[in-house]
Amino acid sequence: MSKYYVNKFLYTVDRDPELLQRYIDEPRTFVATWEQSIGPKLLGNDVEASTVHALTHEEREALINHDYVALFEMGAHFFLNLTIFIGIYDEPYMSKSGPLSFQREMAAKLQHWRDKDYPSVET
Amino acid sequence: MAKLVATLASTHHPFYLKATTAPPEQQMPEAPTWKRKIEAYRETLAKAEPDVLVMVGSDHFHQIFLDNCPQFLIGKAERYDATFYNEEREFGIPKYVLQGDEDMSRFMHQHLMSQNFDFAFSNELKIDHSIICPIITVRPQNDLPVVPIYTNIFAPPLHSPKRFYELGRAIRKAIDAFPSDKRVAAIGTGHLSLELGGPRQFMETGPDPAFDRQAIEWLKAGDIDAILENVTHESMVGSGNATHGFLNFILMLGVAGPEGADYVDNLDLFHTMEAYFTWYPKEEAA
Repeated sequence: MSKYYVNKFLYTVDRDPELLQRYIDEPRTFVATWEQSIGPKLLGNDVEASTVHALTHEEREALINHDYVALFEMGAHFFLNLTIFIGIYDEPYMSKSGPLSFQREMAAKLQHWRDKDYPSVET
Repeated sequence: MAKLVATLASTHHPFYLKATTAPPEQQMPEAPTWKRKIEAYRETLAKAEPDVLVMVGSDHFHQIFLDNCPQFLIGKAERYDATFYNEEREFGIPKYVLQGDEDMSRFMHQHLMSQNFDFAFSNELKIDHSIICPIITVRPQNDLPVVPIYTNIFAPPLHSPKRFYELGRAIRKAIDAFPSDKRVAAIGTGHLSLELGGPRQFMETGPDPAFDRQAIEWLKAGDIDAILENVTHESMVGSGNATHGFLNFILMLGVAGPEGADYVDNLDLFHTMEAYFTWYPKEEAA
């Protein structure tokens, strides 16, 4: 398990409009590309490779499926897990159901955690 | 020596600009009140006539990430770009360029190190909304140089509430010792109870209104003893998973000193309690 690597995915994709669009359009293909060509780069350095981290099967599937509940339960950082999916779903939800409708649906899907200790985001 | 002329501590709400500049028919009902309160708060800074702003905020995984994550960091550059693509996208915050004060940054860095605060530093820091929101609210003309300071309130393990207070005290000492005749205002932002990406996000109130009311009373009274007795990492998590932003309020109380605030206001918005505090050093308040 690599919470760090899941967070690295969310971080590198959310901050780049072109990567975010590819993640919206073709999530399965894009996650594979990310694992081959983007994830293994040291941040801020296109030349140097890092061999330390890899996604598990569950992490990969959660990312492919935009499954923010699973990502929350794995301990992905709550801020990264929120902003990337706002970036993807806020507009379509807004035009259909009004402001904050995506954010409220996300909260509703996480209600089973409400009175429990949330999974730790410590990496 | 430089003179601290005001300390401001407030929540930062990234939607303020969007909420108050949308066409009137699209504005939320609270928008006019919110704008009025912000403009009144802005006066508390203007009145102090500062020459330079020491600004305390926290990067939200914009430039700083988990591959290299400092607890405390000071910017040392002649200017700072601000606002990242995903903040423009989500909040509609425009790009800014802030002037720096490299001499003051250098002095404060050295002074804080000599007070045993092992600050990281950055000569190329892009500022995020934790520092741009207060520029938008209290200094929209963006005409003053800044010394930016970032704290880690986001990626555990975090420093204790006591350490944040002590850092505030140390920042105050560093400002007081700066050999200059400049008038300095310290401005810091954070949150009261807040939930992001969890089951209690975006409710009708913040996740813990009782904590919010209590926190406002503590800060209004400058009651650091009560804060340090009651606020722990566990209690903050209990009040909402992003409540650690309250640590920056504790830091700012350290800058002001354990004194009652000279200006206090708040506003209950749909999913957070907004709060605005200003302290004037006692000789300035007269």
